[in-house]
Amino acid sequence: MQQVTKEQVYEWLSAVTDPEVPVLTVLDLGIVRNVALNGDEVTVTITPTYSGCPAMDVIGMSIRMALLSRGFKKVTIEMQLSPAWTTDWMSEEGKQKLKEYGIAPPVRTSSSGLGLFEDDVVACPRCGSEDTELVSRFGPTSCKSLYKCNNCKEPFEHFKCH
Amino acid sequence: MTNQPINKSTNQLIYALQLADNALILGHRISEWCGHGPVLEQDIAITNTALDHLGQARSFYQFAANVFNALPADQKANFFSSPVLQNKIAAGENIDEDDLAYLRDGWDFRNVLLVEQPNKDWAFTVIRSFFYDAYNFYFYTELQKSKVAELAAIAEKSLKEVTYHLRWSSEWVIRLGDGTDESHERMQEAVNERWAYTGELFQMSEADKAMLAEGMGVDLNGIKPLWEQRVAEVLQEATITMPANTWMQEGGKEGRHSEHLGYILAELQFMQRAYPNMEW
Ligand SMILES: [Zn+2]
Repeated sequence: MQQVTKEQVYEWLSAVTDPEVPVLTVLDLGIVRNVALNGDEVTVTITPTYSGCPAMDVIGMSIRMALLSRGFKKVTIEMQLSPAWTTDWMSEEGKQKLKEYGIAPPVRTSSSGLGLFEDDVVACPRCGSEDTELVSRFGPTSCKSLYKCNNCKEPFEHFKCH
Repeated sequence: MTNQPINKSTNQLIYALQLADNALILGHRISEWCGHGPVLEQDIAITNTALDHLGQARSFYQFAANVFNALPADQKANFFSSPVLQNKIAAGENIDEDDLAYLRDGWDFRNVLLVEQPNKDWAFTVIRSFFYDAYNFYFYTELQKSKVAELAAIAEKSLKEVTYHLRWSSEWVIRLGDGTDESHERMQEAVNERWAYTGELFQMSEADKAMLAEGMGVDLNGIKPLWEQRVAEVLQEATITMPANTWMQEGGKEGRHSEHLGYILAELQFMQRAYPNMEW
């Protein structure tokens, strides 16, 4: 294969999306920690979002397929747990895409607060109202919580701060 | 339990298995609620936490398998008692996370008795999670300082998830305890019954002591007062009476389990035992 640069690999990775939130690429999510090139071999280091996230296996596979199709002979995916992934690493572009997709993006920087019965103020992605209510901190995937909007009366998902 | 050699590597292995088994068995128990939750949102919430526990179990089993595979052959031979695992090891094969979850027998599991207790009703389920989540929160906070980089990394990753678990279970204890007469009564009953299983959380096994001495493990006596304070605060807000300190159940960390673990493993391991190496 031709000589490729890291920038080129990152560009290819920008076409690999999260199977559960397909508007987000792996770069938007901020889970790609490193790319190491060695001739026609490449190692991509990724950080899991949540320990049990079933999408991680699919994401690893998608990265492998994407890079093999570009001519690499060997693609290694390495999992790195520390430093732990945080939504602070999500790109601004990613947050914008989430909002347009109908999912409220993470609103603050992550913290590990233990305050009970406290919720973030999350604006409705449809009408923009801040008169919203937390339904559950756990949603259909590990990374999302459930809200409802008291203004337009629609339920919506929030990509929770983590 | 078979004759397991004791050294630095095996202490790390046993330590990781204690953590992995707690996560796997509690995750399995909680997952039994899937499709049976009191309302859809809570069904989703509790199964999310099951998934987190399962993910944490995988991380610890992967670490344990790596430590095990690096042991000298004579130390591996009889480490686990199940013939199917012994045969695999005798054939010179490496083991992996699935082998540890599916092919070990009950007496090789080192989870605390608390996590294998049946779900019964929502109050019993929630209090089991609360007692464990509060423990897990302080435990992982400390384990982040372990000299074993892999264990510290898993702790750092898991702590963020456990923080959600603890908020969720604390809120439910308060909702039920400070709820209707019936919910209060049933919460109090659950607290009273499950209390006897909390002592074992802080019991130091030989592996716990050895890992602590090496700066690799957590001082369970050190986190006990934090746990007690947290539990006292939440129970007080829930208007629940904290049980008097009583005789505590123990044995899980040494492989002596209640009859419940056998049923869990029968369900959990059936497919791999009946159809070895099957995938889907
Ligand atoms: Zn709205």
